[in-house]
Amino acid sequence: MYRLTTRTRAGTATEIAVLVLVLAGLALPAVTPRGVIQDLFFILTMLTLAQIWNLLAGYGGLVSVGQQAFVGIGAYAMFAGVILLGWNPVAAILLGGLAALALAVPTAFFAFRLQGAYFAIGTWVIAEVTRLLIAQWKALGGGTGTSLPREATSNIMGTDAIRALFGVREAAARDILAYWLALALVVVVTGCIYWLLRSRLGLALAAVRDNVEAAQAVGVDVGRLKWAVFLIAAAATGLTGALIFVQTARISPEAAFAVTDWTAYVIFIVVIGGIGTIEGPIVGVLVFFALRSALADYGSWYLMTLGLAAIAVMLFAPKGLWGLISARTGLHLFPVRRRLAGPKIEGGN
Amino acid sequence: MMWLDTLVQGMLLGGLYALFAAGLSLVFGIMRLVNLAHGDLIVFAAYLVLTGVTLLGLSPWVAALIAMPVMFALGWLLQAAVLNRVLGKDILPPLLVTFGLSVAVQNGLLEAFSADSRRIPAGALEGASLDLGLVTVGVMPLMTFASAILAIMALNGLFYHTALGRAFRATSDDAVTAGLMGIEPKRVFAIATGIAMVVVTLAALYLGMRANFDPSIGPARLIYAFEAVIIGGLGSLWGTLAGGIIIGVAQTAGAAVNPEWQILAGHIAFLVVMLLKPRGLFPRAVD
Amino acid sequence: MLLETRALTANYGQFRALFGVDITVAAGECVAIIGANGAGKSTLMRSITGVIRNEAAMVLHRGEPIGALSSAEIMKRGIAMVPEGRRLFASLSVEENLLIGGQARKAPGPWSLEAVYDLFPILRERRKNPGTALSGGQQQMVAIGRALMSNPELLLCDEISLGLAPVVIRDIYAALPKVREGGAAIVLVEQDIGKALAVADRVYCMMEGRVTLVAKAAEVTREEIHSAYFGVAA
Repeated sequence: MYRLTTRTRAGTATEIAVLVLVLAGLALPAVTPRGVIQDLFFILTMLTLAQIWNLLAGYGGLVSVGQQAFVGIGAYAMFAGVILLGWNPVAAILLGGLAALALAVPTAFFAFRLQGAYFAIGTWVIAEVTRLLIAQWKALGGGTGTSLPREATSNIMGTDAIRALFGVREAAARDILAYWLALALVVVVTGCIYWLLRSRLGLALAAVRDNVEAAQAVGVDVGRLKWAVFLIAAAATGLTGALIFVQTARISPEAAFAVTDWTAYVIFIVVIGGIGTIEGPIVGVLVFFALRSALADYGSWYLMTLGLAAIAVMLFAPKGLWGLISARTGLHLFPVRRRLAGPKIEGGN
Repeated sequence: MMWLDTLVQGMLLGGLYALFAAGLSLVFGIMRLVNLAHGDLIVFAAYLVLTGVTLLGLSPWVAALIAMPVMFALGWLLQAAVLNRVLGKDILPPLLVTFGLSVAVQNGLLEAFSADSRRIPAGALEGASLDLGLVTVGVMPLMTFASAILAIMALNGLFYHTALGRAFRATSDDAVTAGLMGIEPKRVFAIATGIAMVVVTLAALYLGMRANFDPSIGPARLIYAFEAVIIGGLGSLWGTLAGGIIIGVAQTAGAAVNPEWQILAGHIAFLVVMLLKPRGLFPRAVD
Repeated sequence: MLLETRALTANYGQFRALFGVDITVAAGECVAIIGANGAGKSTLMRSITGVIRNEAAMVLHRGEPIGALSSAEIMKRGIAMVPEGRRLFASLSVEENLLIGGQARKAPGPWSLEAVYDLFPILRERRKNPGTALSGGQQQMVAIGRALMSNPELLLCDEISLGLAPVVIRDIYAALPKVREGGAAIVLVEQDIGKALAVADRVYCMMEGRVTLVAKAAEVTREEIHSAYFGVAA
C-alpha cells in the first residue's frame, strides 16, 4: 500500500509543461528571426553545459575547472571527422562525444589522484595540456585554427528540407538545424540527469555527497560511481562542444579550450541559479543571458560583475536564486527526493 | 655545454615558480584552502608595484616594500571578510568564491590597465649578467632564485620557531582545540593569508621585472604554482622549491628543443611525477 | 561566584542534550561532575568553553555573561580546558604543546614550563618528541600541563582517567592537589565515581541532560548517588 516515490503534482505538471515547451520550441523557427534562434542556440548549449557541470559538482562532488578540455576535444574531433574523414558535420558530432569520452579516461586517472580542491586545478592542467597538444595538430590549423570547408557546411544533412520548409537561406537553415539539435540535446541531457537522480544511482550519489564513509559502509562503490559520473559528463560535454562548433563553423585552440566560455560562465550559471538542483541552472542561464544582453557594451565590467555576483551568492544565498525561490514557495519542479506515498494514516498529520 | 646552460637557466626559472607557489603552499597547509585567484593576485600585485614605479617614481624595490603591507592588508581583509565565511567541510564554496574572485580581479585589471603588456623597469639590472666560467647567468634570475631561498627560509623559520608558527600548525592540526588554547582560528587564517600576499608581492616584483605581463596571465601562474606544490608534496616548502625547479628545468629543456614546447614540457613533467609519485617527492602533510 | 551556569540548554541540531542545567563553582573549589555515558557532561563542558555557543546569560564568569563568547575569548578569561581524548597537536613537540597553552594568555601565577616539568618530570625527558608519540598517560600529562601553562583560575578536566591504567590514573590524580595549591579551581568530569569523590569538595550528578543531585562530596551516600546516576532507587 505504501511505496517510496519521487512523483509529486508539481513534478507531473513540469513534465507536461516541458512537453509543450519542446513542441513550441520545435515550431519556433517558423515565426522568429534568425537572431533569436542564434540567441536560443547559445542559451540551450550553455544550459546543457551547466546541467552537466551541476551533475559533476553539485551531485557528484567533482569540482572540475577543466571542462573546456571536453568541449575543445569534442569540437576538434568533429572538425577532424569533417576535414580529414569527409564526414557530414552532424554525424561528426558523435565523434566529438567519443573523443571526449576517450580523453576522460586518462584525465580521470590523473585527476582522481588529487584530493578535494586540488582535483579542480588538476583538471585544469589536463585541459591546458590538451589545448597545447591540439595546437600542434597542423592538419587542423595548428595554433591559429581553421574553418569548416564550404562544401561540408553547404550540404549538412537536413538543411535542404529546412530551407524548403521555412523558405530561408542556407546559413539560416544551418542555424535552425543547430538550434533543433541543441534543443534535443538539452532535453536528453536534462532528462537523463533527472532520470539518473531518481534512480538507484542517484540515491548512491546523494549518499556519497552527504557522507563518503557512510556510503561506502552501506555498499556504495564510491570510486566506480565517480568514474561513471565523470565519463558520462565528459561524453555529454564533448557532444555539446562539437555542436557549438558546427554552428560557428570556425575553430581555434583558444576558442575551443576557453576556460572563460566553457567553464567560468558555466560555473557562474550554476552557482547563481542554484547548485545541486535541476532548476538552478535553468534559472541561472536566464539570469546570465539577461546580464549578458544588458552589459554587452561594457566589456570586462560584465565578467567582473558575474564574478562578484557569484561570490555574493556563495556568501549570502549558497543555494542560489532557485534556492531562495524554493525556500519561499516550497516548489520543486524536478522532484528527486523520495517520499512515502499511500493512504493517509488516521490520527497522524 | 648547452645542456648545462639549460639546466642552470631552468633551475633559476624554478626559483620564480617556487616564489609563486610558496604562498599557495602556506595557505593550503594551514587551512586546506586552494585559492584559485592566487595567480591573478600575483598579477594584481605586479600592477601595484608598477603603479608605485610609474606614478610615484619609486625604485621597484621601494615600491614593492610599500606594496607588501598593502597586500598583507588586502589578504587579511579577503580572508576575514570573505573566505572565513565559506571555509568548512564542504570544499565547494571556497573554490567557487575564489574562482569568482579570479575572474573579477582579472577583468578589473583589464578595465584599469588595458590588455597591453607592461613591464616593471629595473634599470641596469635588466640586461646584467654574470660570467661563471662554464655558464653565464642573468643577475635578475640569480636574484630571483636567492629571494626564493630566503623567502622559504624565512617562512620555515616563522613556521617552526615562532609562537605564530606554533599557532599556525596547531590550528592546522585541530582548529577546535586551538580555540581552547586561546587561539582564534579565523584570526590565524587572516594573518596567514596576509603573509601569503606578502610573498605574492615578492613574486610579483620579479615576475614584472623579468618579463612582460598583462592581466590575462594569472591563471597560468596559478597552474605553475600548483604543479610545484604538488610535485614537492603538500606541506613541504623545500619540496615546493624542488617542484618549482623541476617545472623550470622541464620548461627550459622543452624550449631548447622547440620554443612551442616550453609550457607543454612543464605540464608533462608534472604529469610524469604524478604518475610515479602521486603524493609528491617530499610528502609531509597527511590529507 | 567564579563560574555559574543558569538554565543552560544545548542542542545538537534537533536533538536537545541539556535541559536547564544550573551549576556553580566557587574560586579555589574542586567540583566533580559524574554521570553515565550520554548524561550531558561533555556537552556541558563544551558549552562552558564556547565550543558550543549559547545565549550569553546562560554562562556567567564572575557574574559577567560569557555564554556567547568564542572558545578563545573564554580561555583568555582564565578558564582552561583539558579536553576529552587529550587532543594534543600532532605537528607540535611536547614542549611546543605546552608552550601553546600559555601563549595566548599571559597571567601571573605559579605555572611555567619549568613548573610543569617539575610536576610531570617524564615530560622533561620527552620534550623534543612529537606529542602524539607518547603513551596515553604521558599524553594526558601534556594535556593537563598545556592547560596549566596559562595559569588559569579554573581548570576543566574532561574524563582525564578514561582509557588509562590504574597506576597511571593514580599519578595523574596525584597532581591535582598541587594544582589546587596553585590557586586554581577544578571541575572534574568523571565516570570513575570513587576517584572523583576522593578529591572533590562537591559533586553534581547528571542524567539525561539534567542535574539530578548536588551534594558535598564528604556527606553524599552511595544510595543517593545510585539513584541520581541510574534514576532508580538502590
